[in-house]
Parts: sequence; C-alpha cells; structure tokens
Amino acid sequence: MGEPVNPDVTAVQKPDPATLAGAPPSERADLRPENIQDAVIRLAGNSQDGIQTAGAFLARLAGRSAQEVMTYMTIPATISGGPSIFQVRIGTGEVLSAGDEADFLVAFYQHSYQDHIGFLREGGVLLYDSDNVEPNLDDKRFVYLGIPITGLTVEALGGTAKDRGKNIFVLGLISKIFQLDADKLKRIITEKFGGKDQSVVNTALMAFQAGYAYPVGNLLKHFYQFEKPEKKPGARDQITMDGNTALAYGLIAGGIRFGAGYPITPWSTVMEVLRRELPKYGGIFVQAEDELASVSIAIGMSYSGWLACTGSAGPGISLKTEAIGWASMAEMPLVICNVQRGGPSTGLPTNVEQSDLHQAIFGSHGDSPRVVLAPRTVEDCFYIAIEAARIARKYSTPVFILSDTSLATRIEAFDEPDLAKIMIDPKPNLTPRETHKPYPLDQITQHAPPGTRILDGKYPLMSGLEHDEMGHPTGSPKLHMAMTAKRRNKMRKLAEELPVPEIYGDQEGDVLLVGWGSTYGPIHDAVKRARENGEKCGSLHLRHIHPLPNGLEKVFKNFKRIVTVEMNDQGIYGYGQLATLLRARYCEPKISSFTKTDGLTFRVREILEGVFQGKSFAARNIPRDGAAIVHTDTNPENVKTTREVVPQGVG
Amino acid sequence: MSEANTNGSPNGGATTTVADPPREKLTKKAITADHPTWCPGCGDFAVLASYYKVLEKRNIDQEKIVTIAGIGCSSRFPYFVNGHGAHFIHGRAVPLASGISLARPDLHVFLFGGDGDGFSIGGNHVDHGGRKNVNLTYFIMDNFVYGLTKKQTSPTSPIGFKSKTDPQGAIDQPVNPMKKLIAGGATFVARTHASQVNHMIQMIERATDHQGFSVIECLSECVEFYPGAFDPANPRKGGSFELIQEKKWDNTPEDELRHDVTDELAAYKLAQLPFPGVFGVFYQSDRPTKNSLEKKWIEQSREKVGNGSDVEVLQRTFDKMK
Ligand SMILES: Cc1ncc(C[n+]2csc(CCOP(=O)(O)OP(=O)(O)O)c2C)c(N)n1
Ligand code: SF4
Ligand SMILES: [Mg+2]
Repeated sequence: MGEPVNPDVTAVQKPDPATLAGAPPSERADLRPENIQDAVIRLAGNSQDGIQTAGAFLARLAGRSAQEVMTYMTIPATISGGPSIFQVRIGTGEVLSAGDEADFLVAFYQHSYQDHIGFLREGGVLLYDSDNVEPNLDDKRFVYLGIPITGLTVEALGGTAKDRGKNIFVLGLISKIFQLDADKLKRIITEKFGGKDQSVVNTALMAFQAGYAYPVGNLLKHFYQFEKPEKKPGARDQITMDGNTALAYGLIAGGIRFGAGYPITPWSTVMEVLRRELPKYGGIFVQAEDELASVSIAIGMSYSGWLACTGSAGPGISLKTEAIGWASMAEMPLVICNVQRGGPSTGLPTNVEQSDLHQAIFGSHGDSPRVVLAPRTVEDCFYIAIEAARIARKYSTPVFILSDTSLATRIEAFDEPDLAKIMIDPKPNLTPRETHKPYPLDQITQHAPPGTRILDGKYPLMSGLEHDEMGHPTGSPKLHMAMTAKRRNKMRKLAEELPVPEIYGDQEGDVLLVGWGSTYGPIHDAVKRARENGEKCGSLHLRHIHPLPNGLEKVFKNFKRIVTVEMNDQGIYGYGQLATLLRARYCEPKISSFTKTDGLTFRVREILEGVFQGKSFAARNIPRDGAAIVHTDTNPENVKTTREVVPQGVG
Repeated sequence: MSEANTNGSPNGGATTTVADPPREKLTKKAITADHPTWCPGCGDFAVLASYYKVLEKRNIDQEKIVTIAGIGCSSRFPYFVNGHGAHFIHGRAVPLASGISLARPDLHVFLFGGDGDGFSIGGNHVDHGGRKNVNLTYFIMDNFVYGLTKKQTSPTSPIGFKSKTDPQGAIDQPVNPMKKLIAGGATFVARTHASQVNHMIQMIERATDHQGFSVIECLSECVEFYPGAFDPANPRKGGSFELIQEKKWDNTPEDELRHDVTDELAAYKLAQLPFPGVFGVFYQSDRPTKNSLEKKWIEQSREKVGNGSDVEVLQRTFDKMK
C-alpha cells in the first residue's frame, strides 16, 4: 500500500466572493500533478444527495483503470434518508481495507463536517460546501477547500434542479483534482443513466462538466495523479461490483437456477438480482410470503433436481431453521445465504456484525450437521458461492454462506472470472436407474430427483422422520445411531478435502490473528503494520468454518498466542463466537479473542490496539467517530427527496 | 465438467443408471408401499384407495408422480405410496410442493395433509399458494381434530367440541375451509366426504385436470378422537349427502337455479350453509397459473439475451461491469 496522499496545498482558503458571484477567476496553467499511489476519499452528506452514486462511479472508474479499489458506506437507519457516507479507497497497489483515515473529506453539511473531521488525517484536505458548512478554520491540522457546491450546482443546472446534482458536480471536482479520466467517467455516467430519460443523462453530464471546469486549481498548489498501474501481460480486465451482486452472480455461476426468499436488509439486493437475472438462464426466483415458505420452496426446488438457494439476515434465518433441520435430516442440498447485520432481533439493521456464526452452525434442533462458509472479500463472495454449490451437491447438505453488511454494500474491483472454466451446468440427471437407495449407510447420499425411473420399482422417499436406507420411517435406536453417524461423517470427509489456509506474515511467532468473513482486509493490514513495528505475528483467515479444515492444530503450535478478531460479543465466558468454537475444538487455552459490537467495520489501529495492548505502535490515539455527533441537517427541509439512491430500506 | 449433473453420483454406486426400457400400465400393486399405520376405520384409508384409483385410471408415468405431505396422521400419506415423495415439516408442505411444481412443471405434484397442517400452522401458505395459483393438487383430510398429537382442538373443531386443550368445549370460531380457500385465491375449490368414494374420485380427477392451485377438503373421520363427526353427511349413518348441482348451460329453467362454479359470490353463499353443508365443486376459475406466467417471463428474458448460453449471458453482464 502506498503512503497516503501528501496534500501539499496552499493554506486555508476562504470562499472567494468572486466565485460565489459566479465569475470564477481563470485557472493557473502551471499546476503539475503529483504522483500518488493510494488515496482515501470520504464523501459525507445525506444519503438522498446521491453520494453513493458518485462514489460508485469513482469505484467503477478505478476498476476500469485496473486500479485496486474498495469502498465503505453507511446507510441511514431511516427510509427518508439521513446522514450517510461513502468512502472510496483507490490504490495502485494492493487495497484490502477501506482505510482508517481519509486523505480527502468532502463535507456537504455542517453535520457531515462535525461527524467526520475526526476521520481526516492530519494534513488531509477538507473539501466543503461553503454554502452549508462553516469549518473551524483555526484548526490548522487540515487544508481547507471551500467551494459553494450548492450554489454552483443550481447555477449550472438552472434553477429547476434545486440542488440535485451536487453529487455529480463534486465528482467533476474530484476528477479534476485527481486528474481522473474525465471521458471514461462521462461514459460511465451515461451508461448508468442511459436507461432513463435523455434529459437525465444531459443534466448529469452538465453537473459533471461544471464541477470539472471549476478552476479548483487556483485553490491548490498542484493536482494529484495516481501512478499508472502496470497492466501485466495477459492480465484480465477488472469488473466492479458490490458484495451482494458478486454473491448473486456467484450463485448463478455455481449453477443455481432456482431459489426463493423474502426481503430483509441487507439480503434483499441479492434476491433482487436473482429475481431479475435467473429467467435469463431459464430459472425462477420466487418472492415468498415469508421465510418459512421461502426456505421450503427452495428445498422443493432442490429436491426436484435443481440445486436452489434461499437467504435472509438473522431474523429471517431464525424462521428458516426448522426447515434447515429437515434438509440436514433428509440430506437435501441447499445453499442458504445469511447477510448478517447487528442483532439480536431487529437489532441494528444497517450495521455490520458477525454474530450469527453460532446460529449458522447450530441453529436448528437435534444433531443437524451442515456446512458453513464465509467469504472474505467482494471477489470471494463470487467464488465462495460456487464452492457452496459444489459442496451442497457433492455432500447432499445445506450449506450456509455467511456474508455481512460490510461485504454486501462495499464495492471492489476484481479480475474478471474465467467463466468458461468455472461455470457449472446444473441440469438434473433423470437417467433411469436399475435400483436406488436414497440413504445408503456406506455412502454419501446422492438423490434421484422425481422424474427418474427406478426400474426395480422401489421409489425413494425424502423423510424428516428418522429413516432406513430407502427413506422409510424407523424407530430403531441402532438405525438412528447409524444414520446420525452417516450425516456427521460426511462432514469429516469434507474436512479432509479442505485446504489449510495460508498464513500471512510470520509462519511462527508470538501472535497469530485468526479471522473470518469481511474482517480479512483490516486484519491483514494490522499484521502488516505490526510486523513493520517488529512484532513476530501472522494471520490466518478461515473461509471454511464448519467443518474446520484439518491440521489447524499444527499451525496453532507455532504461535504463543492465538487471537481471533471478531465483530461479535465476547459472551458470558469472555470469548468471541469463533474463539469459543476453536477453544472447544482444540482444547487450547492460548486461544483468546478480540471482539467488538459497535456495528462498524474494524479499523486497522483498532485491531492493533486490541491485540497488542500496551505496545507503543498500537497505543496511538485512534480517531474515533469524530466529535460528539450533532445532527443539525436532518430537519425535514433538508430531506429533499428519497428518489436519489437509498440503497436499501430498513427492517 | 465433473459437477455437470446436479444428481450425478460422484461418490459411488448406490445407483446404477441404465437406458429407458418400455413400461407397463400402472397398477395399484406398483404404487402401493408400506401398509398404512392409521387406526382401523380411519377415514384416511378411503382417501388413499381413491388416490390409487385415480393414478391407475390416468395411467400417469410412475416416476412423474410426486406425493408430498407435512405432518399429521393424514400427512403420513407419502409413505404409503410407492413413488417419488417427501414427508416434510408441519404446515410447510404447500411451499415445498410449490417449489417442485415451479422448478419441474413436467411432474404431477399431489399434496396431502390435515386440517391443522393446512388451516392452522400452514394457513398463510395455503392463501399464498392460492394467490399465486401454483399448479398442484392439494387434498386436505379434515377430521376437525388433531389426530397425531391425540385430540387437541383443531382450527376446524366446532364450538363446544371437548378436546384435551378445551376440556370445557372449544370456544374459538372455527375456520370455514371453503371461504378461506376461495378468499385466498385458490382456483379450484371442492368439498367431499371420505365415505363417498365415487364422489371423492370424481373430485380428485377434476382437481388433477385443473390447471392451477386446486384444493379439496374431504371430511375424513378420526374414529379415535372424533368418532361420528361426519355422520350427518353420511347416508349410511342416517345423514344426507347433498350435492351441488352445477349449471349445465342448457338454457332450461331448472338451470337458472343451478350453481355457476365461476361465480365467487354464489360459492360463498354455498359455503355459508350450516353443517354438514353441500358437496362438490364450489369454485373454479381459469386464472393463469404462476407456472405459466413465470414461463412467459423466462421466454421473454431468454429472447432478450438472444437465447445465449449460460456462459455467454453472464459474460455479457460482466462486460457491462467493466
Ligand atoms: C412445528 C411443529 N409443531 C407441532 C408439531 C406437532 N404436531 C404434529 S401433527 C400436529 C397436528 C396434526 O393435526 P392435523 O394436521 O389436523 O392432522 P391429523 O393428525 O388430524 O390428520 C401437531 C400439532 C410438529 N410436528 N411440528
Ligand atoms: S388418530 Fe384419528 S386420524 Fe389418526 S389414524 Fe387414528 S383415526 Fe386416523
Ligand atoms: Mg386433523
């Protein structure tokens, strides 16, 4: 990762009255761009201002330019919008976390400034709407760039547009400051709005042009320019999307053509994509009346021979658990996505948490083995869905994918997958069979879907009652023991084929950080920084959580401390959910955890402070969520429209 | 690709696959499985016998018959039928069967269950299955009691019925199955009686022929926990089995008085009659099925993507994300 931007910018600029009057002075011609490798840009405003849209354009542009990119956003907890941020980190090298601090903060309102100035690093640039924001210019830690964004946007678009379009105006400003490829951006804008009225495209392009043409150079000492990433020969193009979209397309690539669900934040967008896309592949996604129905419909589809998926967030998964128990008992392949949010109950619907791990592993009744996987990046959402589908088929089992709010909404660019190599043709095999046992004791179940002739005339039954090899009910204690073992042993078989994850950093040493899910980037960066400060440590990230891959004990032996880093509570006994499992599995007292439940993604320094307490490099003051939060701009008159991007509803 | 078949058998030989040999006519023997575990005299036996009869008469390809149920005495059904089938969880058989029907429209999906399964725990699914008009046939054995769990009040138990959960007599207003089904949106709604086998067979046949969500409520006596419940509709027990006279559309004055099965309000009126009421088809409509509407959407979507292969379609989508 490159060093953060060094914004060598002229000192405090007060808004220029001439600018306000709409007669900007002509631009200085002598500005030379400074090369940078990595920049964190945080847009802070209200969600109805379309900051997500503007941020997403930046992310897509980075993806097209073969740059690494990662975004981070918060969604307001009310449907009419409210304070919200979109953070884009663009880098020429590897970008794994969204960045602890911003190099560049765009504040649309006073509350945006107040809430987020604490995230701007010292020396960072504050670009603010001087029509709405009055920063404390005496605070000399930052560079101030006041531009009457609202006024200029209204002016550029003609009074009718009010101040809609500010987001695109700012995008224009940013592309000038960072010397981004304006033509490419305009193309992206045109594509995005192209489906709508031509006037929408024109308005957006006008706003962009106005921002781009603004002589911001007069306020800066120089522009910035990302170093050109060298495109390796044979490298694939990058595609840019959020985690939920990647998950949905991963399911499709994995051969899933059918499914059912019920809307809930933050899962809904997965089902929206599937509902729209599956018919293109000859499939159907059903919006059911509730989660009980949706899991049951999906199981019916799977039974019919087409591996199907369902999904939800925690509350909906709770409703599905009885049927998941049936799928475990009847050995029915099924993929279940849980896009986790803060819980329990309705909890924090738009925040991130990893507190459904135990629910995924144990949530049902009886001994009901199933598989639990967790993607670690947006790209991994795509690949893990394919793997989940493969495991579900091969082992005739329900498979959970545990994503979360952070992965769901953040946008990353990744190498386009080689579809010809990985896509799975899912057609059911209905070839007649001489004879068929659905539940052979000595083999892993593979069902014969309905429509398959069984020539010896003995047809298989799918049963939630304990059953014999043909699926007929039995009360035999011996058979119950044998069948319970059969269902469990296939998980052991699966564990044998799982790779032991690679350790990043030191292969032996003082501390091994263990994570799962969306915390991959910050944990990785924390280890990197700790090692730069002389720590002997490494990190291991589990994608397969249940069953665990074999051989972890050998890895654990090489470290003095094993610390899981998790976004859940330490529980009554003081260990996070993964740590609890690992302690039970390995009887290893040196396993502990660092957990938190503030509903926000981990920041690198937070992890350092949690894992390396008392060490000087970790003890630096971590800028928390800025100053005390005072929302001054959420009054009704500031809530202009809900039509602009409100990515998800709530509840 | 090794994963090409959803149900390929990468792990071995529980299965041997062969070519499709000629077939014989479907017989009762071929579709009979375990001996039913019901109490002797239970109304559900006659339902099973009628089901066998219809399958035999229609000579449906055995492997295309799918018998589904939730939980209850009546829901034990799939174990007694030798064909593909599933015994699912309490109340959720409608969505399970809907999933099968939607993903595999080539199959004949038959669903069996009780009054508790369909009108209490699964009540919402019955409404939505009807509203969506999923193509399947649903047979409800209504015994006005919970049989499997041994005599608790059911959603159709009449007021005053003494059960283990209402020792003083039931006090909650019972569900009116016909009204519920019609209001929910089912497109074929009929009522029959397990002691009237010919009528029952007729109803199953008509429900099978119907395209859409077809439901039959069958009064099926629980001899163990509610004996004699349906005698008032059993001529052999001194009751009267009154049939709905359907319109013949023959322009006769008598026809004026007959029931138009497409008339929802008239169907409601029939459903309003006091117990034991009337039997036959209350309501039928040819509203398009979800199966056909989804199929249409699939065809349009496929056309829009030029009927491309899966890889082509996804590749083109990704090209737009560059
Ligand atoms: C989730 C759940 N709740 C409760 C039960 C217990 N249970 C099994 S069958 C049944 C009622 C069955 O009544 P009905 O559907 O009328 O069928 P019958 O036995 O009368 O044919 C109940 C309450 C269960 N199996 N699962
Ligand atoms: S308890 Fe009632 S419903 Fe159940 S089998 Fe016996 S008679 Fe039939
Ligand atoms: Mg009953």
